[in-house]
Amino acid sequence: MTDGNSFEVVFSGSGENLCKNTPIDAREFARKKSRAMIDKRMPLDEAIKKFVLDGEYLAIGGFGHIRIPMGTIYEIVRQKKKNLTVSGHTAVQDIDVLMAGKCVSGVEIAYVVGFELRGLSGVQRRQFESGEVKMTDYTNGTMSYRLRAGAQGIPFIPVNTMLGTDTMRHSPGKVVKCPFTGKKVLLLPSLNPDILIMHAHRADKYGNCQIDGHIVKDDLQARASKKIIVTCEEIVDTEVIRETPQHTVVPYFMVDAVIEQKWGSHPANMPYQYYFDNPFTEDYLTAGRDEDPEVMDKWLDEWVYCLDNFDQYLKKLGEERLKKLVDLEFLRGGN
Amino acid sequence: MVEYTIKELMCIVAARQLEDNKSAAVGTGLPMASAMLAQQTQAPNLLIAFEAGGVAPQLPTLPISVGDSRTIHKALMATTLIDIMDIIGRGYIDYAFLGGAQIDKYGNLNSTMIGTNHNKPKVRFPGSGGANDFASMAWETMIIMDRHSPRRFVEKLDFLTTPGYLDGPGSREEWGLFPDTGPSRVITDICLLDFHPKTKVMRLIKTHPGITIDDVKKATSFELEIADEVGINDPPTKEELRLLHEVIDPNGLIFPH
Repeated sequence: MTDGNSFEVVFSGSGENLCKNTPIDAREFARKKSRAMIDKRMPLDEAIKKFVLDGEYLAIGGFGHIRIPMGTIYEIVRQKKKNLTVSGHTAVQDIDVLMAGKCVSGVEIAYVVGFELRGLSGVQRRQFESGEVKMTDYTNGTMSYRLRAGAQGIPFIPVNTMLGTDTMRHSPGKVVKCPFTGKKVLLLPSLNPDILIMHAHRADKYGNCQIDGHIVKDDLQARASKKIIVTCEEIVDTEVIRETPQHTVVPYFMVDAVIEQKWGSHPANMPYQYYFDNPFTEDYLTAGRDEDPEVMDKWLDEWVYCLDNFDQYLKKLGEERLKKLVDLEFLRGGN
Repeated sequence: MVEYTIKELMCIVAARQLEDNKSAAVGTGLPMASAMLAQQTQAPNLLIAFEAGGVAPQLPTLPISVGDSRTIHKALMATTLIDIMDIIGRGYIDYAFLGGAQIDKYGNLNSTMIGTNHNKPKVRFPGSGGANDFASMAWETMIIMDRHSPRRFVEKLDFLTTPGYLDGPGSREEWGLFPDTGPSRVITDICLLDFHPKTKVMRLIKTHPGITIDDVKKATSFELEIADEVGINDPPTKEELRLLHEVIDPNGLIFPH
């Protein structure tokens, strides 16, 4: 029984916290960043070389196959980054391509292996079922709560979900009795990723980012992460941002690099701009499901390694194909 | 006699369980289609929320993802995932509407893995997604299980991803989950079940046409509660099938033509 003066741990999960950063580290990192309005535009390959380091903890904006920074993801694969730990909520195509490129050694996730209505991924099944990639399971809610704690600068957060389940037992969570009420709550460690890669609808050259539609969790990820690389459909004048500051999701002083990358979420869905490129993703999934891993390697050769950059990828896709995705987004013919 | 598939029947029976003027947080696939059908039939005021941030959209067609642009199409709010979780946590969501791979007698779900070693699963499934949060915090959980078989309806789950009544009566409360919450319906390819109010064990209340009580018992590895009077689900109406194919899934994403 709680006496109101203690914080008794009644259960400890067995899972590993794969993120070693603390909110204190993140604060120190923030202290060193300039608050000046500096032009942060740079080529994407340079940004990845400079800011994404082997072994780091990576967060990805969007929702697995919606508004994800695919241009950045392909570039990480092209540069053969290694041993990344990736946090995912609903992780889909974003994490899949990174895993196909053998960039990932660990994940903390709510949802993997699935492509929602499209079925399961061969790449992820192989790597998780062989134990090649470490994983700690969470839930979509708890991954966001952990980021909220990281953004707030506190070391853990009490939550009212996951309690009593194996999801809890295999997490690093601890069940305690609330010192005020005596009721059980689950405590989860806060999350401060090393780097966030995200794709926005528009940004200015300083890094002020605006997103149209649902934000999902990019706001929390940005506030919790140490470094941020932003790609956007369009770089706009700062005056455009100032006209609708209420739409700014990430302010410039958090951001380290800004890259204009039109179609930067292809083949994913960019709300109000373009819908999924379904045939492209079906081909990709088919390659990944082949028992011979070389089939996926060939796919990567064709669409990543043999191309110098994302612009070449877009050229290979062709304008016709991309324009159709705009029609689909606006419900002009088919799905 | 109207021709229909079992998948259509499941979706339609599930839709009929949703009351008007309530709210549902829905998962990918059949739950989305069922909630959309309910809106078109007996529950026009059903509020649908998606975990990626879409609130009360006017869904033009079935979304591929619970986060795609269809889920914010003419929505009343496009917000964040944590905001949706807060909405559920604060008690505004009546139904968590989910699918699962394995279920036990207390309505606990496994959508994480088959096998005994979490670090090296025999078969890895997607995991919780938002399911655990939904089922922990929404008032009621409705579950669609697309195959009712002894391997899916098991005495012991390989992994308890998402809470039903955990170890039985009082167990959710004992772990600190919100009071008066838990699973209320399970819809399968052969029947409709609820949970006995006292024992919290899954209870057969209606079979699908042509299925016997014995068929259901044989397809279940644990001992089911059986309602005093087991009814039979009405087959789909022409109108329900038309709505499914023409309005909800015209592109045949889950109901191929």
